[in-house]
Amino acid sequence: MNATEDHADPRAGAARVPGSSGPSHLDQLEAESIQIIRETVAECARPVLLYSIGKDSSALLHLVRKAFFPAPPPFPMLHIDTQWKFRDMYALRDRAARAAGMDLVVHVNPEGLAAGISPIVHGTARHTEVMKTQALRQALDLHGFDAAFGGARRDEEKSRAKERVVSVRLPGHRWDPRAQRPEFGTLFNMGRGPGETLRVFPLSDWTELDVWEYIAREGIEVVPLYFAAPRPVVERDGQWIVRDDERLPLRPGEAVQMRKVRFRSLGCFPFTGAIDSEADSLEAVLAEMRTTRRSERQGRLIDFDPASSMEQKKREGYF
Amino acid sequence: MAAAPAVGGGLVRVLACGSVDDGKSTLIGRLLYDAGAVPEDHLRTLAADSVRVGTRGGELDYALLLDGLAAEREQGITIDVAWRQFATPRRRFVIADAPGHEQYTRNMATGAAAADVAVLLVDARKGLLTQTLRHSRIAALFGVREVVLAVNKMDLVGLSQEVFERIAAEYGAFASRLGLVRVTAIPLAAADGDNVVVRSARMPWYPGPTLLERLETLEPADASHEGGFCLPVQWVNRPDADFRGYAGRVVRGRIRPGDAVRVLPGGRETRVARLVTLDGDLDEAGAGRSITLVTADEVDVGRGDVIVASAAPLEVADQFEATLLWLDDEPLLPGRQYDLKIGAQRVRASVNPLKHRIDVDTGGRLAAERLELNDLGVGELSLDRPVVFAPHTEQRELGRFILIDRQTQRTAAVGLLNFALRRARNIHWQAHRIDREVRARQKQQQPCVVWFTGLSGAGKSVIANLVEQRLVELGRHTYLLDGDNVRHGLNRDLGFTVQDRVENVRRVTEVATLMADAGLIVLVAMISPFRAERAQARERVTASGAAFMEVFVDTPLDVAEARDTKGLYARARRGELSNFTGVDSPYEAPASPELRLDGAAGTPQDAAERVVAAVLALRATGALP
Repeated sequence: MNATEDHADPRAGAARVPGSSGPSHLDQLEAESIQIIRETVAECARPVLLYSIGKDSSALLHLVRKAFFPAPPPFPMLHIDTQWKFRDMYALRDRAARAAGMDLVVHVNPEGLAAGISPIVHGTARHTEVMKTQALRQALDLHGFDAAFGGARRDEEKSRAKERVVSVRLPGHRWDPRAQRPEFGTLFNMGRGPGETLRVFPLSDWTELDVWEYIAREGIEVVPLYFAAPRPVVERDGQWIVRDDERLPLRPGEAVQMRKVRFRSLGCFPFTGAIDSEADSLEAVLAEMRTTRRSERQGRLIDFDPASSMEQKKREGYF
Repeated sequence: MAAAPAVGGGLVRVLACGSVDDGKSTLIGRLLYDAGAVPEDHLRTLAADSVRVGTRGGELDYALLLDGLAAEREQGITIDVAWRQFATPRRRFVIADAPGHEQYTRNMATGAAAADVAVLLVDARKGLLTQTLRHSRIAALFGVREVVLAVNKMDLVGLSQEVFERIAAEYGAFASRLGLVRVTAIPLAAADGDNVVVRSARMPWYPGPTLLERLETLEPADASHEGGFCLPVQWVNRPDADFRGYAGRVVRGRIRPGDAVRVLPGGRETRVARLVTLDGDLDEAGAGRSITLVTADEVDVGRGDVIVASAAPLEVADQFEATLLWLDDEPLLPGRQYDLKIGAQRVRASVNPLKHRIDVDTGGRLAAERLELNDLGVGELSLDRPVVFAPHTEQRELGRFILIDRQTQRTAAVGLLNFALRRARNIHWQAHRIDREVRARQKQQQPCVVWFTGLSGAGKSVIANLVEQRLVELGRHTYLLDGDNVRHGLNRDLGFTVQDRVENVRRVTEVATLMADAGLIVLVAMISPFRAERAQARERVTASGAAFMEVFVDTPLDVAEARDTKGLYARARRGELSNFTGVDSPYEAPASPELRLDGAAGTPQDAAERVVAAVLALRATGALP
């Protein structure tokens, strides 16, 4: 018996809610994302999946696999390694690439590495600029990628709400909000002028809750850091910072304590805040998501630069 | 997000539109807030922003939840369409917030193209405005079938039932003329929340649903389930010799293994063998689903083909009447070629003639020679290959296209196919027995078009004449088409405006192509100032099988003007001639011509010898040396 005949199997894709006539919102979002992914691959010479190992990347990778099954996705994955990700993240990265049958390209900014750029010494802004923004530009240029898939969603942040699904980057990877093309439904112009590249966001219309519901429905593996567990933390700037390795020096008066925490959003460990939580399973995380009154990026310290800092970073080539 | 999960009813896309100051941002902000979709930390930012830059005397200014770009907050305007997501226990929503200020037509079309329903705001004090009618017209044109008329600021008209009912009746009459039959009018006071999510205690005379209740219960007028199966093929999935699947998203109908299908535009028939997914094969797939379809027989299917139910084939045509919304700073020029994308099909297209412009306010027709940014118009569209389509009123995905500027790759227009022109189906190419090759062999030469471009007075005609003399001495068969001379006959009806120049080059291109087809070496000497038309000439000629050689006679403006052999620069400078290239009309120099001749140095004889050598070096394949 194949899966679709078994309506008890939520992974059948056509899961229907009793009393509703059409496909569920997850079915619609999935179909639209797959359409966007296939269109990009058909129209671009050298696409790449920008993979950050977070939950959105995991959902996106799953959609990419579905779009091309039974073939493996016909493009590589790219991880911009800032060297300060959680250890659990590196482990999942290598496993996920193998499972998908995709080539994994890991890029570290060699100049940043040589200069020993560290968030502890140089601050988060400088570290992000050198090891993330500059590194991404380097990697795209080095491999000649003309379209990069990203897992950004419009509900994450105000300036993202106006981002296109297919976002044109000018030569030098600059983002000019005024130069973006109007989009009409799923009819996308993927044309590229000289030196232009595309960022493609198949999860644009998804919310954080949609992503979690999809992860649960499809049985997608995510980093265990999303689930609550006792972890060594220090309190810093009003956030719980998990001390993932010894590179995080303690400030005067700081003490490491064990607390049951989890992450809603994962960045580099020295500046990603964890939240107090008892949600140690997918069901518990979903339940927490449905009642929380806090936004997802509350733990991302890089957002708390002056207003419109995300917009500013995007203009410079941040994803 | 604090929103409760959607448990069914799928995803509904809402377009929110209204005139300036109708309170649209406030309404959406309020909707998100009351639906619990604004997280606490965003509320804290909102409270601080409301005190700093708010317009409600320090009280929560919900509009500030929406203005995302720095330029917007600084200028206090909304530039771009913003997309908001929220969910209620009954439904998941995506709201397109289309600003009414700048670029309203473009933004409205963007939002409408994806929307199931439009929420149209009206200020109760002002009633229906020109903008209200304009927004409705664009929404209806781009496929919105259902409208919620939100009559806002009821508190400022004394919560008057009479005012509300008058506006609702007036709008209902207008909407039905546009074919918008599903209209719900709701009285609101968005800033205070009346009838947004919670029923207003102040307007007991209104018995109908709140805005959210209406959005949660409406049935999207979805035509995609009606009609036969239709799958535009996006991607041919062929990992190895054993598997060949056709990937795409079903835009209409349903399909099951065993169903008979036809592949358009070719028309070959086969059956569906499998519907393949990562989770196992499907035994049925319906509209909206992204699938991979395997056919029973080996048929040749490529990207852009459309697989349809055998019993319900679609039309195929290459000439249409189309409605266009122009989106680029560069205007539409009749006759210029653009790339056209419809579904996964991509072809070349030009608009000729442009029939009229549409007055967005009244729907009336206006005479037009071109379309400028944000203009709406109707014209005849010619494609270089037939496409599979359905009129846009029947099927959005198969009746809607974009035009892409071939130089900049910008989206130049969005368009709607109204119907195929009859003649497209009836005119067929006559096959000739004596073809270009035969005629070329007879003349023992390689036919080609040598295109001389440059400023007036650059020396194009002088050099082209020398080239022709030399080729005839060598026994070749030639013809010189001179830009000045064709204007006395073939193009005597054309002037020097941009659109006339485009048409001038187009006609000369066609004549040159015919002459090359006759086996001649054709020399064209004309200013041809625009890159796009020269590129078009190149493609037209090479597509016909002849070689094309662009010769840039590169003479600086000051040199050409100093020569002024025809006295034209002097007249242009005195203002007696307008649209003169180099003076008040641009010249776009070729980026990579086959030959660049320095018109300021060397003799015309030397220049001519270089051209002759290049022509004689053309190989029989038609390839350039």
